[in-house]
Amino acid sequence: MNISIRPVATALFVIFFSSALLERAQAGSGNYYPPVADKLTQDECGSCHMAYPAALLPGSSWRKIMSGLEQHFGDDASLDPASTSHITRYLVDNAADAAGTRHTRKMMRGVDTTNAPMRITELPKWISEHREISPREWRRKDVASKANCTACHIDASKGYFEDD
Amino acid sequence: MNSVFRSDSVALPHHPATLNDASIQPWQPKNGTPDKDSLVKALSRIFIVISGAIIASAVQAGPREELLDRYAREAKASEAAFSAFSSRSGEALHIARHATGKPDTPSCTACHGDDPRRPGQTKTGKSIDPMAVSVSQSRYTDAAKVEKWFRRNCTEVLGRACTPREKGDWLTYMISQ
Repeated sequence: MNISIRPVATALFVIFFSSALLERAQAGSGNYYPPVADKLTQDECGSCHMAYPAALLPGSSWRKIMSGLEQHFGDDASLDPASTSHITRYLVDNAADAAGTRHTRKMMRGVDTTNAPMRITELPKWISEHREISPREWRRKDVASKANCTACHIDASKGYFEDD
Repeated sequence: MNSVFRSDSVALPHHPATLNDASIQPWQPKNGTPDKDSLVKALSRIFIVISGAIIASAVQAGPREELLDRYAREAKASEAAFSAFSSRSGEALHIARHATGKPDTPSCTACHGDDPRRPGQTKTGKSIDPMAVSVSQSRYTDAAKVEKWFRRNCTEVLGRACTPREKGDWLTYMISQ
């Protein structure tokens, strides 16, 4: 066996480096949150507002939200029990603090999971990312509400929340 | 010409002959050359059967009609004076400003907009497809979905559940639009 170590090491290094780069690109320099991949969740949550990526809130928040759909931020968003439990499971399994969602761990910084926030806009990370947005911009007619991510983040439905 | 079309000239798959009948050689007449006419004939029969099925299913009540029937039965059961749904009453319900629901949704049009053929917008800024069937053709074909939204939105706008008559009137209006 006469394999020189250098080309192998170089190849390994290149593969490692490029995969790390690719991962970073996919993560959209840290502003990528995988869009909802479950059809029922997409349909039901997405009929009044954008179906927010599960990784934007911890599982305890999703549980709290899904157990009070009759009074969902002032609206009746109630569902049949089977749909409710299906959607809850999807959201919790893909939540910000679920296993294997390390891209979005940063969303959890400073979040008290024992007293789970009900709104994405209450997360310290969300607040700091939006600190430069003026009240006038929030009042724009096409924005309508802080719940309307896609008004400014044009690729939000694909999971990208860049500074647009 | 007619002789070519005589049904005994070829055994079609539906022919009542038994399976061990040597004459059953579909698409192959006795002289061994492909019989175009019999193929055409068979295909035309298939075509007639399929188009007949399509027409039959079109004549059958669609999901919207079934839903209207259901509301009509419910309306009749709850009020003896009920005779038929009215598109005009549905329109009135749709545009009226009710003072009994939530302040930010006094009417259906608060979110759905004044023209049912144009998109609306939720309070969170999301676009809502037009409610008129002429524009949104797949609307009101899923009874559970229709009921889900009546349940939610009647509470929001009227502060109570809608009656079967109100549902039927409103649906009739949207179908007419």
